[in-house]
Amino acid sequence: MTVASSESVRLTSETDVVTVRRRVREVAALLGFSLVDQTKLVTAASELARNNLIYGGGGEMLVEVLNGPRTGLRLSFRDQGPGIPDIGLAMKDGFTTGSGLGLGLGGAKRLVSEFDIWSKPGEGTRVTVTKWK
Amino acid sequence: MEKIPILRMGDFLLVTIQVDMHDRLAIGLQDDLTNAISQTGARGVLIDISSLEMVDSFIGRMLANIAAMSRVLDAQTVVVGMQPAVAITLVELGLPLPGIRTALNVDAGMELLRAAIAPESYGRSAYDRGLQ
Amino acid sequence: MATASSKEATARGLKEIITNSRESLAGDWIREMSEGVRRGDLMRENELRSQCDRFLQVFVDAIDVGGTNTKTAAWDTVRAFLAEISASRATQGFTTSETATFVFSLKRPLFDRIQKEYGNDSQSIARELWTTTLLLDTLGLYTAEVYAKAREGVIMRQQEEMLELSTPVVKLWDRILALPLIGTLDSARTQVVMENLLQSIVQTNSKIAIIDITGVPTVDTVVAQHLLKTITAARLMGADCIVSGIRPQIAQTIVHLGINLLDINTKANLSDAFAMALQKTGSSVVRNPLSQ
Repeated sequence: MTVASSESVRLTSETDVVTVRRRVREVAALLGFSLVDQTKLVTAASELARNNLIYGGGGEMLVEVLNGPRTGLRLSFRDQGPGIPDIGLAMKDGFTTGSGLGLGLGGAKRLVSEFDIWSKPGEGTRVTVTKWK
Repeated sequence: MEKIPILRMGDFLLVTIQVDMHDRLAIGLQDDLTNAISQTGARGVLIDISSLEMVDSFIGRMLANIAAMSRVLDAQTVVVGMQPAVAITLVELGLPLPGIRTALNVDAGMELLRAAIAPESYGRSAYDRGLQ
Repeated sequence: MATASSKEATARGLKEIITNSRESLAGDWIREMSEGVRRGDLMRENELRSQCDRFLQVFVDAIDVGGTNTKTAAWDTVRAFLAEISASRATQGFTTSETATFVFSLKRPLFDRIQKEYGNDSQSIARELWTTTLLLDTLGLYTAEVYAKAREGVIMRQQEEMLELSTPVVKLWDRILALPLIGTLDSARTQVVMENLLQSIVQTNSKIAIIDITGVPTVDTVVAQHLLKTITAARLMGADCIVSGIRPQIAQTIVHLGINLLDINTKANLSDAFAMALQKTGSSVVRNPLSQ
């Protein structure tokens, strides 16, 4: 499996979330993902981009096209924010420290094929999701 | 600053969401609608999301909030036109969207609103028949 | 070892050889193709002949401009032509080797003529043969690759069509759809079927969808969950579902799995479900006094 292409989208203001949605939709459509899969990807990206902005203070999203026996799209959201002290707890549906429903992480995980999260309090957080065609 | 237009149709308010909404726009819509219901005394709100290709938890929450606030102001809300891919994704996301009535399109939505608002004139059975 | 100038010599040599004996070359080429490669059952002789002629034409043109380096843009037309005939062979039902051998079988006729051309000059012959074989190998392999990709595409489309055909959505009445499921459901099939149903609901403006599972012998957790998700999604869209034809075994499985059916309308059979759907959509059936 190789990374065929990669691009970065900065996340500094909430209009960037709209850019994220648009870009993910474009790339997913180009790669030939079904409409439902495209929507799942865009929705997951929207959730994670928002988390990145609101809880992580902003950062960037990396979009990578994966080539191999299967085609895939990998999205990584990085921030240098306060980090998540208890990831297990954060992944549970309904958990939130903000005013949201807290469905961000758990929900996003259900929309993709692979989900990976790294976080260190004081250093930042990186959430990576992959969807195979 | 852009706003989503709210149309008045008799006793109802109609909102057609056609743009990809960023959070502030969504919050703005919530506020504008609440004000509009108050000012016009509207009994029903129809939100047309047939152009929305994505509904995430924030937008879902916005819809739920609008429904809740309308109810407090004695108005019913119906969301119409959800696309299949969006519906499938919302179910997968696990978003319950409590208390939100839905219909396939604006016409069906109007029918639903009329039945919900004036059950006496339409026959209580229409409302009770679980048309949601 | 071929130097730049010797490559040029090869290019010129090949071009001349082909140009001078095009007719007979094409004839020998076709004769070289075994019956298995020609597939008279799939392709007519004159169509094959015109493909050979065309290939020789673009081949010579490419050598003329770009020499023997197939990576240059001069060879784009050749690649495009090979891609075209590969893709069509993929749909027609040729095998990979039958398709690639279209190119490979040009070797012997060409080699014969190269040998004749250079007589006793064994060094030149060796050089020419080597360059020519490399050239045709590259093109043959390219043909095989394009074929493989096209074949995958054909298979995927056929699978999709089969899935769609095997589970048609039926419009029973104004705003009432029925989806009679038959046979065992696996996860992939169920997902496709359910997506089709939701799409049909929108297209036909239906308020009610009856999912009839009389013809489904067993339902496992995964399929049951897909069904539930579909019903929830339909509700979100503004339509309602009725599940009919639940066999006793399936009813047991559902209870066993702890699935809450209280929210879902169920009916013993399709006609009861239809009656319920009519009622819910405000229709009723009236018996005409004049009919039997």
